Amino acid sequence: MKYLITIVAFMLMLLTIQACGNGEQSERSDASDTANGNELTDFELEHGFGPVTERLDIDEEIDMDKVAKGRNIYEMKCEMCHNMGSRMVGPPLGAITETRSPEFIMNFILNPSENVRKHPIGQALLREYMTEMPYQNVKEDEARAIVEYLRHYAETEL
Amino acid sequence: MSKSKKNKLRGLLLGAGFVAIAAFIFTGCPSQQGMMDRGDAAQKVYVAPGDHDEYYGFFSGGYSGQLSVWGLPSARFLKVIPVFSQDPETGYGYSEETKPLLQTSYGFIPWDDSHHPHISQTDGDADGRWIFINGNNTPRIARIDLQTFETKEILELPNTGGNHASSFVTSNTEYVIGATRFSIPYEMDLDVPIDSYSDEFRGALSFIEVDPESGRMEMDFQILVPPYNYDLGRAGKGQSSDWVFFTTYNTEEAHTMLEINASRNDKDYIAAVNWKRAAELVREGRGTTMDAYYYHNYYEGNQGIAINDVKDQVTVLTPEDGQDFIYFLPTPKSPHGVDIDPTGEYIVAGGKLATVIPVHSFSRMLEAIENRDFDGNVENIPILNYDTTIAGEVQDPGLGPLHTEFDSRGYAYTSVYISSEIVKWSLDTFEVVDRIDAYYSIGHLMITGGDTKNPDDLYLVGLTKTAKDRYLPTGPKQNHPAQLYDISGDRMELLLDFPTIGEPHYAQAIRADKISGNVAQIYEIEDNDHPYAIDRINQNRVERDGDVVRVYMGSTRSHFRPDNIEGIKVGDTVYFHLTNLEQEWDVVHGIAIKGANNSEILVAPGQTKTMKWEPKRTGIYPFYCTAFCSALHQEMQGYVRVSAADSDVELTWKTGTN
Repeated sequence: MKYLITIVAFMLMLLTIQACGNGEQSERSDASDTANGNELTDFELEHGFGPVTERLDIDEEIDMDKVAKGRNIYEMKCEMCHNMGSRMVGPPLGAITETRSPEFIMNFILNPSENVRKHPIGQALLREYMTEMPYQNVKEDEARAIVEYLRHYAETEL
Repeated sequence: MSKSKKNKLRGLLLGAGFVAIAAFIFTGCPSQQGMMDRGDAAQKVYVAPGDHDEYYGFFSGGYSGQLSVWGLPSARFLKVIPVFSQDPETGYGYSEETKPLLQTSYGFIPWDDSHHPHISQTDGDADGRWIFINGNNTPRIARIDLQTFETKEILELPNTGGNHASSFVTSNTEYVIGATRFSIPYEMDLDVPIDSYSDEFRGALSFIEVDPESGRMEMDFQILVPPYNYDLGRAGKGQSSDWVFFTTYNTEEAHTMLEINASRNDKDYIAAVNWKRAAELVREGRGTTMDAYYYHNYYEGNQGIAINDVKDQVTVLTPEDGQDFIYFLPTPKSPHGVDIDPTGEYIVAGGKLATVIPVHSFSRMLEAIENRDFDGNVENIPILNYDTTIAGEVQDPGLGPLHTEFDSRGYAYTSVYISSEIVKWSLDTFEVVDRIDAYYSIGHLMITGGDTKNPDDLYLVGLTKTAKDRYLPTGPKQNHPAQLYDISGDRMELLLDFPTIGEPHYAQAIRADKISGNVAQIYEIEDNDHPYAIDRINQNRVERDGDVVRVYMGSTRSHFRPDNIEGIKVGDTVYFHLTNLEQEWDVVHGIAIKGANNSEILVAPGQTKTMKWEPKRTGIYPFYCTAFCSALHQEMQGYVRVSAADSDVELTWKTGTN
């Protein structure tokens, strides 16, 4: 009897599964698992998510070639939304190198959507500015150059 | 396998068995037809949400003038690529960049009738770089780039009436062909009585050379031929790849009531042209140069405003210039399609008034030419003997066979218009092996990967002319259908029936992976060579030169710069050159301004497009972003102040501070 009940229950289960499609749930793990920030590594917490996964060896001295290149990209791909000294579409960036690491800035530029969704700093920025920073097709060496431009700006203009 | 797992498996099988029995008891035995039409067919066309189709299908829009793109087998509608007709949805033909594409020697033409898309080929296989399509009415050929899915070039064909036998490419896209369907006087703009048809009218077969790197077309030469109607064409394959074939009807040379007068002869012709030899003759200087007037429209850089390159000459080759490059194959009766099998051996005609499908042999044709086995000539074009070149005739194909495509297993599939069916027949026995209904009145059909030397054997699409009762009724005029068939088995099986746009006259399908990996996601700002682009926001400005005002405007989520403009006057011509400074895939901005006698303009990421506006009344004119771009899309707006023509309001612009 017990065996029969098992079979019937199993049949019902199969029928249910059949009726409701293949029963496969879509994977939504990347959005929820780390949304609370609990699973961020120390590096990610400090330096964001993105292609830059370890500390960079950055010379104290400003590299003026990189500054020129960074300024060009900044004007082309960043300046429509950022001012140096005041809030615009996004936050002011004149002093950003004093509060964020170069790696964080680069990862935010290179991978804005994941940082806005998963990183506590990105999430806070989205709440404040209500606009997700767009991906602007900036290459890694260009992001590095933008950092140099922002460092130079902070040193000379502030 | 452990014992417990075995037990579980046994339980599972037992359970499944019970379920099957239960299902059988409750629902009864489904008919085989029912299984095939419903469950099985649905499964075969099911592409899960988020998954991609296996094929791109490119369907001509017929009298819409456009080209629509579909995913197959799901029949997901992907997009309309505007080609010969203005498209207010995208601003194609309304923006300053695209208006020149629609210029012709007859002025700006907002429409044409697009019939035969053909994908560029390398070594006899579709390569997915470009797709060409013909404009039927004011004879033209367009080239669409399959990285951006945009029309990049349109070439007008001189001295041609009705470019129908087009735009088929040769095996390595050396040439794309065109032809005159309605013979007209070849001499430019000649004013003669219509009754002088046989003396003064001529046909022209066009050979347009394609640059292998850029795809840029160039009218290389035309062949002057007798005044018949040149209906369809195809290039040879493999052994016949140096040849192209055109069908003719109206060898009667009628110029009125063709329905009767052009249907008298038992046989008309297929014109076989050795394009390689013809091109050699042209290189040897055997052709003549004639006056002509036609437009060649294209972009010089990767962006910018299309240019009009106006031509005044064309090279013409006549059969007297060399007697070994063009031949006529007698073919019954008013043949429509001419299609070449994947091996290049069989030349299949669709004798729309014939009772058989005639199949010519390419090798026998060469042999007959070698033996000078001719049955006279027309205007120096040798006529071959039907009995010599014919390899077989397919008996009882149905009424009105039109077009044929092939699988790789030796079978041909012919559309049959009057009896509204598809017949499958063997290239070995020339016998019909299967037939299936089409809904209704089928014109062209196409096989995935078709008209190449390596067709895929999976699907066939029938392109039909009337829908009648097939869908929910939508008035006296309904959209044209297409039907998807599974041809992988011995019997053809109908899988799907769906309405399309315009008239899906002909279509081609290509394996998606030949295109999808190369599709551009953005226009890179760094490569923007548009003369009125800005590549950084600090270049935004407004400039006046007499009555012409140019607004160099940038957009990003969610604002325009500048967004407050004053000093525009009634009588000015204002150009909004909008550069979308986004670099993220599919983030599009648009612009529209109140009262503009124009459509909106959509601008892809990294692209620059121009909207022309001629304000006629003073006042304040709001403009806004037409593409829902972000959460603050509704805030993406601006104002233009228009003052009287004699006002002294200074030209100013700003963004950002109230």
